Amino acid sequence: MRVTVIDYKAGNLTSVLKALHHLGAETIVADGPEPIETADRIVLPGVGNFAATERLDATGITSAIRNAINLSIPFLGICVGMQWLYAGSSEAPEQDGLGYFPEMCTRFKEGAEKVPHVGWNSLDVRPDSPLLAGISSGEYVYFTHSYRAPVSADTSATTHYIEPFAAAVERGHVMGVQFHPEKSGEAGLRILRNFLAWRSA
Amino acid sequence: MLTKRIIGCLDVHGGRVVKGVQFVDIVDAGDPAELAARHAREGADEIVLLDITATHEQRQTLLDTVRRTARELFIPFTVGGGIRSADDAAQVFDAGADKVSVNSAAIASPSLIDAIGRSFGSQAVVVAIDARRDPDADDPVIDAQVFVQGGRKPAGRRVVEWAREAEARGAGEILLTSMDADGTRAGFDCDLTAAVSDALRIPVIASGGAGTVNHFVDVFGRGRADAALAASIFHFGLSSARALKEELAKAGVSVRLPC
Repeated sequence: MRVTVIDYKAGNLTSVLKALHHLGAETIVADGPEPIETADRIVLPGVGNFAATERLDATGITSAIRNAINLSIPFLGICVGMQWLYAGSSEAPEQDGLGYFPEMCTRFKEGAEKVPHVGWNSLDVRPDSPLLAGISSGEYVYFTHSYRAPVSADTSATTHYIEPFAAAVERGHVMGVQFHPEKSGEAGLRILRNFLAWRSA
Repeated sequence: MLTKRIIGCLDVHGGRVVKGVQFVDIVDAGDPAELAARHAREGADEIVLLDITATHEQRQTLLDTVRRTARELFIPFTVGGGIRSADDAAQVFDAGADKVSVNSAAIASPSLIDAIGRSFGSQAVVVAIDARRDPDADDPVIDAQVFVQGGRKPAGRRVVEWAREAEARGAGEILLTSMDADGTRAGFDCDLTAAVSDALRIPVIASGGAGTVNHFVDVFGRGRADAALAASIFHFGLSSARALKEELAKAGVSVRLPC
């Protein structure tokens, strides 16, 4: 199993690579379009500002990912990598996302609770989710973010912080998680294993 | 529901844990990789490794330690000690840390916070603050004095104004140690923790003074801490972070269980 992990200079990749290696995957780090359309799996990590995804367009990675998705290569976006699957984010309104999911990501509402949302919070899991197979509702995963995607028909897990938001999204072979599976202990490793084992129904 | 975090802390010197994790059956200095893995298995939500005598010569030892510790650790992992530049931070991230903790170097050069945040994201920058109440100040708590160099030298900063600046520059979390409470086992300084937590939008990790389970209950309640360092929980008869969290759950604190 060869996983192409996309490097667009938004944070470090060490933790994601380490978790994939631990699960027996081979990894290739791609900072250009080359090894994307031939990958067995694609992972788009990402922390920090949505604006960093501009680099995906500038380097030709966006169109390579579009092609790869058309070729049915399973894709997992993590954190900002998940948000990028949507139309965009109010964090960087001038920067388009992939638009695979039509909604917009927005900032948590200001109020009594702190923003960012940092720490372990629980999932409410849609039972038919292939990505979250074996993960029960109430399982905790690790989050760190200030923007989030709304709950929609494609949401496969919701988490409640200030209000419910999409903790995981999937439609067929295109998947995203707002939390960090590589930092979420056994539950997170299980989710990454499900992604590596994903097959079309 | 977002849970309160219990963070396992390893104080490391020359590649060995020198204090902070005193399991009943390990009385010696321990191996950081082994102890971090054990902490994770036994319910810690996160691990902090502090190199307490970081010197330039020991840089490579620290990086090797971080690499070995990170290899099989799949919960958030923070490394502090001797990080003086964005390049130092980059090496520690490369070795497998998820966050770095900066203290004296950030006071000396606050733009270090901006620099690390720009390259690695705010979530990766923890600013550690050691503070002592100032009885001569208008408000001894809000104006508690910040100390650097392991608490030896006053920094000329006040705790809340420095924490606010750190947040504005892009710190993702504050690790707040009360020098008054540290080592007393008489409880966290809840007033100090609350003063900082209320002034900020980023999480505050409380440290110093824990002696009983109730001290954790207090700091998560009255102290409004988002997380707490459990450096010495084993000093008062609890066998693991899990055991501590089970007690906290009984007291009504939301924690990650089972874990």
